[in-house]
Amino acid sequence: MCLAIPGQIVAFDDAQPLLARVDVGGVRRNVNVGLLADDPLIAGDWILIHVGFALSKISAEQAHDQLRMLQAMGEDALAIEEIRGYTFADGGERR
Amino acid sequence: MKYVDEFRDPQLIGGVAREIARSVDPHRHYRIMEVCGGHTRAIYRHGLRDVLPENIELVHGPGCPVCVLPTGRVDDGLAIAQRDDTILTCFGDMLRVPGTHGTPLELKARGADIRMVYSPLDALRIAQDNPAKHVCFFAIGFETTAPSTALTLLRARTLGVRNFSVFCNHVTIVPGMRAILDSPDMRIDGFVGPGHVATVIGCRPFEFVARDYGKPVVVAGFEPLDILEAILLIVRQLHAGEARVENQYRRIVLWEGNLAALRAMASAFELRPFFEWRGLGFISQSALKLAPAFADFDAEVRFRVPGVRVTDPKAAQCGEVLKGVLQPAHCKLFGTQCNPEHPVGALMVSSEGACAAYYRYVHRGEPVTA
Ligand code: SF4
Repeated sequence: MCLAIPGQIVAFDDAQPLLARVDVGGVRRNVNVGLLADDPLIAGDWILIHVGFALSKISAEQAHDQLRMLQAMGEDALAIEEIRGYTFADGGERR
Repeated sequence: MKYVDEFRDPQLIGGVAREIARSVDPHRHYRIMEVCGGHTRAIYRHGLRDVLPENIELVHGPGCPVCVLPTGRVDDGLAIAQRDDTILTCFGDMLRVPGTHGTPLELKARGADIRMVYSPLDALRIAQDNPAKHVCFFAIGFETTAPSTALTLLRARTLGVRNFSVFCNHVTIVPGMRAILDSPDMRIDGFVGPGHVATVIGCRPFEFVARDYGKPVVVAGFEPLDILEAILLIVRQLHAGEARVENQYRRIVLWEGNLAALRAMASAFELRPFFEWRGLGFISQSALKLAPAFADFDAEVRFRVPGVRVTDPKAAQCGEVLKGVLQPAHCKLFGTQCNPEHPVGALMVSSEGACAAYYRYVHRGEPVTA
């Protein structure tokens, strides 16, 4: 729960503006970007993900540092498991 | 240098470690508290104590949300799980936390519908998928997690999901720090501030520590280099007779925090007059509850939560460890009655817990692979 996972935004869905398609180590899931409402995002941006929400925008370098840190802590597998576990927006969020 | 060579800049780390060694006053003892459990874990994991001079003592703070939750609140949450047609959802960290009558996992084995989720939005999704059931989310966490629960609540309201509620146990870090500063058996010289909480609340809320208590606070990131730099900055402030809030984690943390996250929290939550923390007792205005506008989603309003208070087993010294008065290995139960397979306290369960981190990386000396 306290993991901060770096991911890169791949695309946005016009129908669901609060969700961004994010790539984390090859795994793609939708993540809620509502907490970055003040900080407009574009595809290619890197973000720090926490329990399904983007918590801050970061640079590519910071993202790689964070990834390296997760690896060094032995938490990279956990991070991927968490990303895979986000089911809320799998194949389009329910309305 | 033990575990730090997997990092990009072992020389830098060695340089900072030497600089700390050069800077400390050999006649002085330094007690520095890392507030956040993520820091505690990183310190043990990377063996950072081994690169610090002996007279710098690192004291673990209360920044592990699972650890500070008193047993009574765990029992209250589990009481909700025992209602008919109810699904209780929680983060994985909660599953093995002992309540009076067992852990959530044990209760699940006995038939309760308890499900692990990775995001509060998944709890909401389960509610949408199970309209005949009630789905309650057992919310825990400091300000890093609270905004996510807030946005989930806003979303639940927008979508009109009626079978969803939140059992709110979000706590705020600043009153916890104040309680430690006010505690008579506590002497802390400076604080390594919690980096990810500060992403949300910014650095300003820590200013009272410097202003009212005269102690330095350095908000820090989670790499070994970050933590060592923060310690060096604290030592420098102490020698200069200063007390300021510094932001070592500028690459992520803005001084003002994340305003959108603060707005989300302000709309969904209000402060509780007081809340019990394990080990620290009742602390005023230290936790969040749902704002009246969200009463329909408030598990404590919807259900008769027993509101039990449970005292910890006598021999367990979780409270002292949480306050930083005692190091994990000095608890009478450490490693014997209390171990990760049979945890007595939550500090032995959570990956952020000081006892679990100490057990894993120091006591058992788990091999560290790069
Ligand atoms: S060893 Fe167990 S009982 Fe003792 S402080 Fe740690 S978690 Fe609590």
